[in-house]
Amino acid sequence: MSTTTTAPSAPTAVSRRGDSVFAGLATGAGLLIMLALAGVAIFLIIEGIPAISASGEQAYGKDNIVVYVWPLLFGTLLAAVIALLIATPLAVGVALVISHYAPRRVARPIGYLIDLLAAVPSVVYGLWGRAVLAPAILPVYAWLADHLGWLPFFDGPARTGRTILTAAIVLAVMALPIITAICREVFLQTPRIHEEAALALGATRWEMIRMTVFPYARSGVISAVMLGLGRALGETMAVAMVLSASGLVTINLISAENPSTIAANIALNFGNASGTKVNVLIFSGLVLFVVSFAVNFLGRWIAARGQVKA
Amino acid sequence: MSLLEERRPAAKPTAMPLVAPQIPAYAPWLAAVLAGGIAALAGLLLGWSLVAVVLVAWALLVVGLPAWSAAIEGERRAKDRLVTTIAWSTFALAMIPLASLAWEVVENGHAIISSEFLTYDMRGVLGAGGGIYHALMGTLIITALATAISVPIGVMAAIYLVEYGKGNRLARTITFLVDVMTGIPSIVAGLFAFALFTMIFGPGVRFGIGGAVALSVLMIPIVVRATEEMLKLVPEELREASYALGVPKWRTIVKVVLPTALGGIVTGVTLAIARVAGETAPLLIIVGTTTTLNLNPFDGRMATLPVFIFSSVTTGGKYDAEQTARAWGAALVLVAIVMTLNLLARAVGKVFAPKTGR
Repeated sequence: MSTTTTAPSAPTAVSRRGDSVFAGLATGAGLLIMLALAGVAIFLIIEGIPAISASGEQAYGKDNIVVYVWPLLFGTLLAAVIALLIATPLAVGVALVISHYAPRRVARPIGYLIDLLAAVPSVVYGLWGRAVLAPAILPVYAWLADHLGWLPFFDGPARTGRTILTAAIVLAVMALPIITAICREVFLQTPRIHEEAALALGATRWEMIRMTVFPYARSGVISAVMLGLGRALGETMAVAMVLSASGLVTINLISAENPSTIAANIALNFGNASGTKVNVLIFSGLVLFVVSFAVNFLGRWIAARGQVKA
Repeated sequence: MSLLEERRPAAKPTAMPLVAPQIPAYAPWLAAVLAGGIAALAGLLLGWSLVAVVLVAWALLVVGLPAWSAAIEGERRAKDRLVTTIAWSTFALAMIPLASLAWEVVENGHAIISSEFLTYDMRGVLGAGGGIYHALMGTLIITALATAISVPIGVMAAIYLVEYGKGNRLARTITFLVDVMTGIPSIVAGLFAFALFTMIFGPGVRFGIGGAVALSVLMIPIVVRATEEMLKLVPEELREASYALGVPKWRTIVKVVLPTALGGIVTGVTLAIARVAGETAPLLIIVGTTTTLNLNPFDGRMATLPVFIFSSVTTGGKYDAEQTARAWGAALVLVAIVMTLNLLARAVGKVFAPKTGR
């Protein structure tokens, strides 16, 4: 560029001050990020503390904050775990298609299509889940309740499509591109020479993948799943719009009475909340923050450990 | 003698065949067509639904192709073909929601899009009519403010990480915290902004700038990551050449490093904008929503497209049909904005790619 022309004109004395100012700005920006994250934790704690003594009317009719938050936490974990059970095998399959099965010319557009899934706003997923998926999947739930009703998960009765299972399916669709993107990266990092050695020994493509790609990518896949779990835990709108929640603890996935999730509960009640109720909701948000922080931390830690090994 | 003579002709046929029997290369396609044909025929005769036909065709393919392969190529090849079929099936399955979503958004949303829908707000509208102008402007203003906050902080932080920190303790800590920040649930970012501004301005505060702050919490880590990756790609020789000419470090960064990485940074920032433009939860908490146009982000509630969609759908009541129609229209506009930003980001990335590639 025009570097060579501008360079000689800079006098040393001015540049020193410029340097320290610029370095200060850069360092300040870095510190501000640390401050922001600390701020998130601190402000949530300050506003959440009054909720600990809340009870009765102020805690939405519950005896204390633990009784209020526990069913929400249960719903959050349940929805996220089901979502991951659905999304993980799919994501690994799609990532394999992109990294090892599709010809390179096709792999790129496929990756782009999967990225499009990540670009769709969550509120649009919520609208789609509520207006399209829920009615479409109701017959499936009816069938499940009729034929597999002896399983506690499918006890039914299936009267609405807006169940925790539908919410989990929407969450799975949203977590899929994240898991796929990371899996794809780690699959592609498998040393070529390992793959070629396996193929040269007469392995089929699947045997090659099982013997070289999977062992190499294990920690990467686990961390991808953890990050997808983090996304599913914190997702708000899709659940708030899809789920018709009644806030109890149940493992019946297809009935009209569903556990709510922390994020969705905040979104639905925050507008009308006042007084200590606001603190109660913020406290539940703090719980969500801690849980998703832990999950993300674990995911990054596993990823970092895997990298050192490789 | 006689033993030798007998042995000689027998030695030849035992040579191992170099080519194993194989089913033809077009076998998967043929199997897919056959499975589809059989399922369609059975479906027509027995009156199955489309979903059932597709399921049966898939089941036939998953069983049939490996069975064919097993008969001719052996068990290992058959297993390989089974896994290949399943892998491609996962991709097809993952595409169903995307296709359905794209179709439904266009199908349900296009009818209501008109000049009135795009230029009127919802003041006093109960049934049909009205528009999303207020929500559109709110989204543009809040997203622009969030960008104005996030880009300087994000880019400067990335400069610190790559140019100044270079893996010291503080830089490692920041990198780690940025990673953690990417995982903050969006609603927690909204609660943070709410708690922050409640402490400053008292309870019940709602305004646009709070939304911009909340979105910044989500946006900064994306900007930092993207910028960091791009700055790392700038060849060290360029910096050294600049230093050798006596250029101070900050001018080297501003005039050499940043222009070289500009394409990638713009791509990253555009993707970050696309990501937060569709964010709903934080805005619901700290910005709220309103039916009238509010262009001042420092005073009072503002409507935004995502929150407009959410509240239109969940309010319910007498005019549910009209509200849902407007929600789909707003969803179409929102998706169009986000997809345009994504395509723009990719186009920018492509145009500037040769510069960063080296």
